Amino acid sequence: MPILQEIVQKHNYLTDEAMVEVARELDISAAEVYGTASFYTFLDTQVKGKYVIRVCKTITCSMKGKSDIIHTLEELLKIKVGETTTDRRFSLIETNCIGWCHKAPAILINELPYTELTPGKVSEIIKEYMHK
Amino acid sequence: MEIKGLNKVDLIFEKIDSKEVMIKAFNMTSAEIIQSMLDSGLKGRGGAGFPTGLKWKYAAAEKSPEKYIVCNADEGEPGTFKDRELLDRVSNKVHGGMAIAGKAIGAKKGIVYLRGEYRYLLPKLMIELDSFHKMIKEIGFDFSVEYCMGSGAYICGEESALFESIEGKRGEPRNKPPYPTTSGVFAKPTSINNVETLVTAMMIIQHGAKDFIQYGTKDSRGSKVFSVSGDTPTPGIFELELGMSVQQFVNEFGDGDTKAVQVGGASGFCVPRKKFAETIIGFEGVPTGGSMKLFNSTRSMYNVLHNYLDFFTEESCGQCTPCRVGCQQLLKGVEKVKKGEAKSTYLNELMKLADSMKIAAKCGLGQSVGNAFKSIVGNFKEEIIY
Amino acid sequence: MINLLINDQKVTVQAGTTVLAAARKLKINIPTLCNHDDLCVAGNCRVCIVEQKGAKTLIASCATPASEGMDIHTNTLKVRNARKHIVELLLSEHRSDCTKCYKNQNCELQSLANDFAFGDHVFLDLVEDRKYIIDRSSPSFIKDDSKCIRCQRCVRTCSELQYISAISVANKGAHQKISSFHDRPMSQVVCTNCGQCVNRCPTGALVEKTYIDQVWDAIYDPEKHVVVQTAPAVRVALGEDLGYDPGEKVTGKMVNALRQLGFNSVLDTDFSADLTIMEEGTELLVRLKKALVDGDKKISLPMFTSCSPGWIKFIEHKYPEFLPNLSTCKSPQQMFGALAKTFYARKRNIDPSKIVSVSIMPCTAKKFEADRPEMRASGFKDVDFVLTTRELAVMIKQAGIDFRNIEEAGYDSIMGDSTGAGVIFGATGGVMEAALRTAYEIVTGREVPFENLNITPVRGMDGVKETTIKIEGCVEAWKFLEGAELKVAIAHGLVNANKIMKMVREGKAPYHFIEIMACPGGCIGGGGQPIPTNLQIRQKRMKAIYSEDEHMVLRKSHENPDVIAIYKEFLDQPNSHKSHQLLHTHYVERDNF
Repeated sequence: MPILQEIVQKHNYLTDEAMVEVARELDISAAEVYGTASFYTFLDTQVKGKYVIRVCKTITCSMKGKSDIIHTLEELLKIKVGETTTDRRFSLIETNCIGWCHKAPAILINELPYTELTPGKVSEIIKEYMHK
Repeated sequence: MEIKGLNKVDLIFEKIDSKEVMIKAFNMTSAEIIQSMLDSGLKGRGGAGFPTGLKWKYAAAEKSPEKYIVCNADEGEPGTFKDRELLDRVSNKVHGGMAIAGKAIGAKKGIVYLRGEYRYLLPKLMIELDSFHKMIKEIGFDFSVEYCMGSGAYICGEESALFESIEGKRGEPRNKPPYPTTSGVFAKPTSINNVETLVTAMMIIQHGAKDFIQYGTKDSRGSKVFSVSGDTPTPGIFELELGMSVQQFVNEFGDGDTKAVQVGGASGFCVPRKKFAETIIGFEGVPTGGSMKLFNSTRSMYNVLHNYLDFFTEESCGQCTPCRVGCQQLLKGVEKVKKGEAKSTYLNELMKLADSMKIAAKCGLGQSVGNAFKSIVGNFKEEIIY
Repeated sequence: MINLLINDQKVTVQAGTTVLAAARKLKINIPTLCNHDDLCVAGNCRVCIVEQKGAKTLIASCATPASEGMDIHTNTLKVRNARKHIVELLLSEHRSDCTKCYKNQNCELQSLANDFAFGDHVFLDLVEDRKYIIDRSSPSFIKDDSKCIRCQRCVRTCSELQYISAISVANKGAHQKISSFHDRPMSQVVCTNCGQCVNRCPTGALVEKTYIDQVWDAIYDPEKHVVVQTAPAVRVALGEDLGYDPGEKVTGKMVNALRQLGFNSVLDTDFSADLTIMEEGTELLVRLKKALVDGDKKISLPMFTSCSPGWIKFIEHKYPEFLPNLSTCKSPQQMFGALAKTFYARKRNIDPSKIVSVSIMPCTAKKFEADRPEMRASGFKDVDFVLTTRELAVMIKQAGIDFRNIEEAGYDSIMGDSTGAGVIFGATGGVMEAALRTAYEIVTGREVPFENLNITPVRGMDGVKETTIKIEGCVEAWKFLEGAELKVAIAHGLVNANKIMKMVREGKAPYHFIEIMACPGGCIGGGGQPIPTNLQIRQKRMKAIYSEDEHMVLRKSHENPDVIAIYKEFLDQPNSHKSHQLLHTHYVERDNF
């Protein structure tokens, strides 16, 4: 798993080639590598962008306005939940409780958490990322 | 049953000189440390509540040159965020607790399994770990800690699933027996403890078991860190004495309109207003890993239930029939009842299914889905149907 | 020893015995699903749950070791309710089209439903909303995810018995499924088509691709001349699907039934097995001569047998650098196919374009083999259709033949004669034994020095077997082998094939000749054999094969009169140009995922 984690850190997701290579190195089957990777939400086997935005959808964040955050992000990035921008810079997905319930709604952009969000705040944050 | 009042305590986050406590622990024997735990009555702070002293006793009794202490930092229960604070603010006590546990059971290696969502904490933790290693080396402790990252799977909070994940595989719970203290990570005797348990253990060594049992009740000794969220004017982390009633909790943290409290996250129990006074927050009443969610009268309990069932359907490892299929049936079932596509009496069938899941599922996840389901459907039936 | 109570009856078992096994000792049957005798314990279906006094939850009897003083009850109200729920839950994620399903009446889920869940089912159908895949890409089998109940037997089989792990468990929660590498079609991954997973799937999620209708069409086409060949392993297992116990020889009845089904000529793969020995034995001796006498460093030794298509695909994916080591001989099935539309057609004066060549095999990989593009040496597709033992049983039932009571009959001539050496191909070690019987005699002029020609060291169920044959008293032409020690090895089940290949790759294999069969037990345990399968059943079938061999008049391939005739009239001699054209082949490198 640490190998797969590193590959995702560097390349955003696991390509088929990467998984086959890992299988070869560890002398296990490619299907096994795929089976392990697909178990973990963060080890994506589908294309992901440079910045993966994960919006918490569990109950407290849901109660505190996650839907508005999603709408704002969808408008800003021009993609729907589950999709990646065509320039492969941003991916937008929903995830389960990330442990910031007292400062809901919260999101993770790659590793970094952003909390107590409002549509305004999240716009600012995304615009900063867009300029990176 | 004792009902203590609501008491805020400040022991866990107290800044201390870990070196002093580590020296004290180093000079105790394994049996003395274990006795201290047993005397304190400390029970696991992750939610399952297994007596820590007993766990360490079993692990210590195993004859094996290689043993492990695993710190379960895969805090994933919805509404729980206290371990994150502990790791952020007092990681020296987490590492210290692990070393003490290592001394108790005869383990030289510790592994912290940190959930992927907390990866941003890693740089800070590594710095602390470095000075920790230096400090205990000076004392003469033969113990070292390694960090292992999770990658987004709630089920990896289950002890045997966690071991599988450390070993690089899918996080699927194992058959038990054998239990972790006999065969845990890498098939070696392992004591797996929650972050808070380890911090509390270090506290007990520091102050002594007698001090600890001053707090809490007979079955729920000591204090605990709670993560409060939802419809409350004061969300956040609070260290409270165990043994208060839900009513007392609501008096302090509610917004004046609380209609239900979910104790223990998605796998816990939903306590309705009419039962606030008689329900104890502790192992003799509703146990919890710390998650406390308040819902006021504007909230739809159907949405709450749906959110939890959706969560479980996604996070189940998928191995065993009752959980994999049962969660889907419960979720689709309440949807159909709500839409009017199924009779309201279908809920009775689902209640029976929840009973079966509780006794037939392979691990705690499948066994706990029924808790939230039965308590919400049982107490808020109208909201589910109409 | 451990003492426990099950349903208030005392039983004593050895430490480590599961509650399930302890119950069986008391003749109490606890229903199971994911549990299989050949595989490790899974404990995930939860069908085998029982109540243990003092425990908070029910326990899985297949996964819980018996402990002293345990008090178990297998049929309490709690257990019955939970079990009914579990079976119903499984049914809710299974697309039940039993009346159309190939596994109808041989399906473990059906049996469970019949025993524990008859009556109204309350739960919702979960399959209709799912996007499931029915993978028909392989010529050998069909993988239907809509019928999968995730018992994981197939995954364990592919991993523990066959090493390949072409399929594994992917995703989690509601999306959990059994998948190949990134959901690729099975024909595009490392799957060898061995069909061991098909043998162990409890439902219709994994079944062979059937060609019964096509064969019926050919039989009833007045223009076509349909020949059929039968593999050795079929005759000791066919009976199991027609009311017989495992291990009963039904050769004569099988031949009669095939004739009654309408095949124009009923011939025997055992004939071409004998032919394979002539070709392969000669090939081995030639390689040995080139290596030992001519000092040719490029000669590839050890030489591997090449009659198991599952094994061939395995080595093509996993160890392609050793392709030169494979014998270039085709399998008996394909040799027969090439000859059916050339030699046989000429002898019978039939237009080869009108011949339809069918084979009955204990194997699913043979369906893939027949489809290999290079298998057209005759100028046509050498083998048109391959039917499994199971499919033949279906045809016999469809034709209304009272199998138990028909007379025995004998094979037709030209390519129907065989020796005991041909029939033992069906068991692991059989090819090696047959080859030794002939090669030894060619080299020394004497029979192999084993009582009654039974070379016992190569027989049996051990995963890897090895033995050394000392060669003494050679005839003039083979004097260079005087005193040589021929080291041979045999492996069955791909996990053992992998063990041997690893040794070869590391240069630690001192063998000259290695026989490898993809399936545990050899062909008698093949992917097309009657279901269920377990070690005892395979041992009984194996016993029957060797018994058939012992009762035959001719027991050495080179004594087969049909073989002698075909060389005289058509092929000239083993490894001749004509033989190479029709009876030898080449292999391809494949990707390792």
